Amino acid sequence: MTFDALLLLDMLLAAMMLMLAVAALHSHSLRQGIILFIVFGLVTALAWARLRAPDVALAEAAIGSGVAGALLLAALRDRKPRKQKTPMARPAWQVLTVTYLVIGLALTASWAFLDAQANHAGPRLGAMVQAELANSGVANPVTAVLLNFRAYDTLLELAVLLAALLGVLALGPERTAPRAAGPVVTHLVAWLTPLLIVTAGYLLWVGAHAPGGAFQAGALLAAAGIVVRLSGNPHTGLPSGVWIRMLAVAGCGVFMFVGLASMSGGANLLQYPADWAGTLILLIEIFATLAIAASLVLVYLGGRPESWSSGGKNARA
Amino acid sequence: MGELLLIASVTLGLNLALSLLAMLRQPAASDRMLSAQLLGTNGVGLMLLLSLAQDQAALVDAALVLALLAAVVVIAFTRRAPEGSHD
Amino acid sequence: MIDLLSAGLIVGGLFFYVAGTVGLIRLPDTLSRLHAVTKADNLGLGLLVFGLLLQLSDPLSMLKVLLIWVLVLAASAAGGQLIARHLQHKREESS
Repeated sequence: MTFDALLLLDMLLAAMMLMLAVAALHSHSLRQGIILFIVFGLVTALAWARLRAPDVALAEAAIGSGVAGALLLAALRDRKPRKQKTPMARPAWQVLTVTYLVIGLALTASWAFLDAQANHAGPRLGAMVQAELANSGVANPVTAVLLNFRAYDTLLELAVLLAALLGVLALGPERTAPRAAGPVVTHLVAWLTPLLIVTAGYLLWVGAHAPGGAFQAGALLAAAGIVVRLSGNPHTGLPSGVWIRMLAVAGCGVFMFVGLASMSGGANLLQYPADWAGTLILLIEIFATLAIAASLVLVYLGGRPESWSSGGKNARA
Repeated sequence: MGELLLIASVTLGLNLALSLLAMLRQPAASDRMLSAQLLGTNGVGLMLLLSLAQDQAALVDAALVLALLAAVVVIAFTRRAPEGSHD
Repeated sequence: MIDLLSAGLIVGGLFFYVAGTVGLIRLPDTLSRLHAVTKADNLGLGLLVFGLLLQLSDPLSMLKVLLIWVLVLAASAAGGQLIARHLQHKREESS
């Protein structure tokens, strides 16, 4: 009885994900497509929860559903408003074909993965991580893998984020801010923002021994900035002048600095000294959180904010 | 208790699926947004049930993040472009 | 005994969730659907939360779960009002 119940739930979640994806692609207006995409993110987060992966569920809920949804809605606002409500054409058949091919590929890959899981030959990665966990400086295996065993990958991810940010900054000045909001939004934002910030700090701190970490915390912090801007306040909490540039680079920069500094003892790149590992990981995560939050807010703004060229003694455009 | 949690999870899952079908049938964007809000609350409840059923306290954090971002998304949806009306 | 109370609260919560979905399907107008959704959902989540509270032992988790409920209450109330006003503006624009 118990096995059947959860299997039914899993099949429901899988069916909902596929249905949402198809509906979002064939939606006859972008606004509705975006809402379907956001709900898709919600169902995916639940699927991750069912797969016993709370870290990924947190990241999906925060980034994949929340911040990405807000980003898409903001991009939609920029489109020139059309006088008549002309129904949107479907995506071109080429786009649909490629999309369905990719979905087919993903399903094949999933089958291959499940098939591989059935053969228990050789050492399993999970067991290897658990064996080395005590030396990694943290108690959460996901954080250990991200920030220690595979730290190089995370460093490159932050570099990719920085590259994307540079692309967005090259687009020109930021989008215009929404007008000042009425009392409902203002008061909602007034308590939502501190709650988002505190939860971000909590996720950053707890990431050492429980699901959490820099990416989730950074996304929540970015959501705080986004929500402040949506309430009509043009100031998103970003610093100005040279500080905002330093903040954007800080994630990648501190990571690289720590990695290079670890080499001074004769070790390899990013091979932290064993008793400092926990502290170094926390240091990297703090700056990664700030950098991710700043990058996501700048991407949401869609260009260079007004404070980009002002403030600071060494400000340059 | 464990059995009840599992049955409850499936019930909420079915509820989620039904709400989703109802949402897909609605033509208007506002209807879809309010359905999305219902789905969000539904998802939060399901996440909490799963946290207890699978004995993973971290899923409570996931439910909190879901609830927070649901609020953010509703604000993002209802704020119109500058040439729109106030609020 | 606690388990029985917990079970009752959870089942009560489920009932309100399902009622909200039924309202979404059967009610004729967007505004009435909005009303049904926000009220039923918050009550459903509230009963669910209290049922789960009885099962938890860690005070931090209990606090988080209560916080989730209060957050959803406040955000749904504000969100419902915002969606209703958004709908009103759209109607004014098209009429």
